[in-house]
Amino acid sequence: MIARLIDLRGAVFLLLLACFATIVPMMSLLAEPGSALHLPSYAVSLFGKYLTYALLALSVDLIWGYCGILSLGHGAFFALGGYAMGMHLMREIGDRGVYANPVLPDFMVFLNYDALPWFWLGFDMFWFACAMVLLVPGLLAFVFGWFAFRSRVTGVYFSIITQAMTYALLLAFFRNDMGFGGNNGLTDFKDVLGFDLQAPGTRATLFALSCLALGGGYLICRAVTQSRAGKVLIAVRDAESRARFLGYRVEYYKLFVFVVSAMMAGVAGALYVPQVGIINPSEFQPANSIEAVIWVAVGGRGTLVGAALGAFTVNGAKTLLTGWFPEIWLFFLGALFVAVTLFLPNGILGLLRRRRRAARAEPATTAPAAAE
Amino acid sequence: MAIQAAGSILYLDNVHVAFDGFKAINGLSMILKPGEMRAIIGPNGAGKTTMMDIITGKTRPDRGDVLFNGQVDLTKQDEAGVARLGIGRKFQKPTVFETQTVEDNLLLSLKGRRDVYAMLFAKRTGEEAARLDELLALIRLEARRGDLAGDLSHGQKQWLEIGMLLAQDPKVLLVDEPVAGMTDAETMQTAELLRAVAGAHSVVVVEHDMEFVRALGVKVTVLHQGAVLAEGSIDHVSAVQEVVDVYLGR
Repeated sequence: MIARLIDLRGAVFLLLLACFATIVPMMSLLAEPGSALHLPSYAVSLFGKYLTYALLALSVDLIWGYCGILSLGHGAFFALGGYAMGMHLMREIGDRGVYANPVLPDFMVFLNYDALPWFWLGFDMFWFACAMVLLVPGLLAFVFGWFAFRSRVTGVYFSIITQAMTYALLLAFFRNDMGFGGNNGLTDFKDVLGFDLQAPGTRATLFALSCLALGGGYLICRAVTQSRAGKVLIAVRDAESRARFLGYRVEYYKLFVFVVSAMMAGVAGALYVPQVGIINPSEFQPANSIEAVIWVAVGGRGTLVGAALGAFTVNGAKTLLTGWFPEIWLFFLGALFVAVTLFLPNGILGLLRRRRRAARAEPATTAPAAAE
Repeated sequence: MAIQAAGSILYLDNVHVAFDGFKAINGLSMILKPGEMRAIIGPNGAGKTTMMDIITGKTRPDRGDVLFNGQVDLTKQDEAGVARLGIGRKFQKPTVFETQTVEDNLLLSLKGRRDVYAMLFAKRTGEEAARLDELLALIRLEARRGDLAGDLSHGQKQWLEIGMLLAQDPKVLLVDEPVAGMTDAETMQTAELLRAVAGAHSVVVVEHDMEFVRALGVKVTVLHQGAVLAEGSIDHVSAVQEVVDVYLGR
């Protein structure tokens, strides 16, 4: 059971995550500031952000890599999870805001709200916000998927309507009277569960939690893909009509995996917001969702570990390149996607596997690269 | 009509389907008895594949009755529903799950629950393992059980797909051009295999290959322009002047 769940690659991945989860907080908290080992807390949050991106990539790989559903709207689930957490953090501010209103967040006072909108009720409770982090993206995915999959919307048409979905949410959240802070979004968070968000200790804890979430997300994805239902998902990806004529209700399998994946993206968003300190409608930008797909393609579609690896690689490159040459980043991203499509159809992990096979004096010439 | 339907496994009466005005199926009627094997022949565009689509719930007829077991209305079912009733279908082009092993292809086809929850927690039972061995022997792919289905030869894929049909243990098998692209020896082996499964199952075979149809030695239905042109033994239908005209061109 365990051996089937965690293969060698998975074991290496989880071990690395565990190392990260202990070493990075230690370097931040224990090492003397100024020593070579010391990690400033902005770096801890930066790495934490990468981890949440990796979890988002994992959720994209689950549906795209294993069920062939190319969702270009996963950024929306990420953002909704982020907003749910952001709403709790706003309520936590209480009367420490600029306007010192004990109930209403600053932007509501500014916009002359006299009472809290109904959908903000309950978010003062942490557990409620956590439930919404899962429930809101899950429910949206359920309703959206229900109509799309039952109408047999597939392929590029599905990709386009998911783009439309995230764009519609972008426009909606931009509006001030939606009650989510409009253009500025939610920010100026103070603390979570009483811990100061600026404190190195809190940041280190959030980092460790992100590691934990990524590891947990990985195990959930493995459990799903290694089960017999996972074989059905691959069957749907490779020959949907064959699966139907075998008696599988394909739309329910798609719906299941889409909802699970959306919830994972929501958790990623919820961990992203306290580490970045802001959530605004730009997170719904269609380009964000496309970027998440690029991470997966770069790392290796349908490998799970590859998706996380791709998220680290591309975002690491983004941080460095936008620092050095801000104007070339988008060109680089475009070129990267073209290069990966042309030369690395199975991503970085596919390259590693090819190297290893070549090193083994190529006895296996027939093994197809698509196998996974 | 209901009297005729009683005791049949598959009953089609005066079925019509038009696509954009083109009458693909035009007053088709056919009765298949339990355990019977039937060969369907006909020139291109005669409506053979459309007939399969109607029976399996892929295409809705504009008019007419399609009954399973004399009572179940197949026109109200989707593909998965029809499959769960016990009607298996093999496609014209061999369609297997290429990136999964031969064994997994059969495992996914085994009769049993098909819902997400059951499949998430399914564990392989001894009964399933025994059934897999049996099927692998029947389709002569024991040696390839761990190989990816995509690595099989064309003929082996056809056999695997037939094995997947049998794994479902259906009451009716619809087999679309099972020997397309097979060698002569493979063709004869396939005829043998299909004859062996008829009896326990009802089988409908659509085929162009006259030698193969002759080897099956069963009642033949000739379709033309969406309706039945002739029915009877292969020798009988090949003597009918209209059939000769249709095949050779007027």
